[in-house]
Amino acid sequence: MASRQKPKLAVWKFASCDGCQMSLLDCEDELLAVADAVEIANFPEASRAVVKGPYDISLVEGSITTSHDAERIHQVRRVSKYLITIGACATSGGIQALRNFSDLKGFVSYVYQSPDFISALQKSTPIADHVFVDFELRGCPINKYQLLELISALLHGRRPAVPSHSVCVECKQRDTICVMVSQGQPCLGPVTHAGCGALCPSYNRACYGCYGPMESPNTASLATQLTQLGYAEPAIVRLFRGINAYAEAFRKTSEAHENGQ
Amino acid sequence: MKTDNRVIKVDYLARVEGEGGLHIKLKGDTVTSVQLRIFEPPRFFEAFLRGRDFREVPDITARICGICPIAYQMSSVHALEQACGVQVDGQLRELRRLIYCGEWIESHVLHFAMLHAPDFLGYADAIQMAKDHPAIVQQALTLKKAGNDIVNVVGGREIHPINVRVGGFYKLPTRRELQRRLKDQLEEARQIAVEAVRWTASLPCPDFEQDYEFVALRHPDEYPFNEGRLVSNKGLDLSISEYETYFAEEHLEHSTALHSHTRARGAYLVGPLARYSLNFDRLSPSAQEAALAAGLGNECRNPFKSIVVRAVETLYACDEALRILDSYEQPDPPALPVEPRAGTGYGCSEAPRGILYHRYRIDEQGAVLDARIVPPTSQNQRTIEHDLWQFAERNLQLPDDRLTWQCEQIVRNYDPCISCSTHFLRLSLERE
Repeated sequence: MASRQKPKLAVWKFASCDGCQMSLLDCEDELLAVADAVEIANFPEASRAVVKGPYDISLVEGSITTSHDAERIHQVRRVSKYLITIGACATSGGIQALRNFSDLKGFVSYVYQSPDFISALQKSTPIADHVFVDFELRGCPINKYQLLELISALLHGRRPAVPSHSVCVECKQRDTICVMVSQGQPCLGPVTHAGCGALCPSYNRACYGCYGPMESPNTASLATQLTQLGYAEPAIVRLFRGINAYAEAFRKTSEAHENGQ
Repeated sequence: MKTDNRVIKVDYLARVEGEGGLHIKLKGDTVTSVQLRIFEPPRFFEAFLRGRDFREVPDITARICGICPIAYQMSSVHALEQACGVQVDGQLRELRRLIYCGEWIESHVLHFAMLHAPDFLGYADAIQMAKDHPAIVQQALTLKKAGNDIVNVVGGREIHPINVRVGGFYKLPTRRELQRRLKDQLEEARQIAVEAVRWTASLPCPDFEQDYEFVALRHPDEYPFNEGRLVSNKGLDLSISEYETYFAEEHLEHSTALHSHTRARGAYLVGPLARYSLNFDRLSPSAQEAALAAGLGNECRNPFKSIVVRAVETLYACDEALRILDSYEQPDPPALPVEPRAGTGYGCSEAPRGILYHRYRIDEQGAVLDARIVPPTSQNQRTIEHDLWQFAERNLQLPDDRLTWQCEQIVRNYDPCISCSTHFLRLSLERE
């Protein structure tokens, strides 16, 4: 065992804010232990040294927004045993997928004086649209303790303990009074994937869905409830069209309400 | 050697936040071109902010940067409050300074200890450095954690905090909670920061003084975070709303980040060196004392010494956080009411990397009509290229691998945040 090589970890960045890979550096108490358990073989944000692949674990942050990146993700897949996406960008296209609902040309010319210098794909898409993904870790940003659990599970060949219920369940677990029932706030908690520990409601504000849709979310029913609470269609569209706008369940609901159904 | 054509290039710059590269062409003993290439894919924030409700803005702009989300939230809320005619004061204002202290500590320590220091000592990264200097890295992690703890306690989580809103906060910490969760850590952090100033000042540092135009906020009483006038050492003194009159952005082919310059004089520098040199007299007495003892004057024009200045600012942030903790009384309510009105608001705050300018125009319902965001790294791009040019020309005798590493270090002096500026590093050096 002592002579066995340590598993190699790589971190890859696509279109993103760097926050999710930063979560690994934010593990101040655990970082040196992680560096002891795995060989951090390719992590440009933290190191100049690059150890050649293949890699046992690849953490992929960010969404695919350029043709160059659409090719690069295939190279990452080829050199990775386990490919794990970390965060909303990699898992659903991220906040930058808001452009998927508009005309890209208009967006480019609004921000840049010389639009010809910019090459971007029409849509910001999740990694799983391009290559097979072994596990998706949700959140904007991811929960660093879930990341540690996931790395630990992979190293020990077991399933990670990452619950897939809704934020609602987490509110009940911590005895937070429901902000929708008690105050009529427009909360995405009933349809949003757990992982944050129901943070926003515990701060007296509605969940805005940064962990994306849970498995089989009843978004239509939530939208009806929001209508009954008096929220107008544009507000409902904006609510579903946030950090995880292009995740299928959220996208379909926002599109339905945009078209006045 | 003299007549060689050389290219120094780094395709993917490491230990910076985001994606960029560097390409330098040398012909004999002159530099013929320097390009800092930013290929971070554009994300078009300003475009999709249009049509959003003004209350949603701080949660959206935070996502521009996972290292300095507080800066984005602060510049946003100050601009939008100005548009709506609201001024946040008293303890709410103090809490905003407190959370900013947390971000400065977390971001500065990440940079000076984990990303920048390895260059000075010849390590590829902090993990390698930890093998020979375990105590330094361990202490730095403790200090960094104290910063993250502040952001966590006041903001709800370290990255993309959820507690900041236009008008104030969603929920306020009690005095007891702040004391219990932060006081001891900050006292310890403060001691580590004093040591860090001494340690960073002991690192071998090239002699490389430059004549910069420093631009930073200046406030009548405080080291600047959220308020003040924009001043420079070359005569600028303006209100934030005049920013676009004096500064311009330009779009160049080799970069997805826009280059900024002063309309009158060209390249300028924002960030720790500028803040420190323009506001030394506003630092806490212990931060001033530590800086002077470490051999810094009341102005610093050597970009390599930014590592010491970041440590000094970290010490200041610990002092300031402790001051706020001691005087804090929980206000009520947690936020001022903010009613939208048609108009334009301007915000500029001191992100860890320098001034971050936001402008929003909203309608009477509070929908965003127009947004403009100018991050610090795009403002520093030209100055970074200048530094590279000067440095490469003076150090042509170095072998390519050594020159390449030092050019990378030049870029890392600025703690560039490329993710932010796209709206920036691979390094290449070419000898013709």
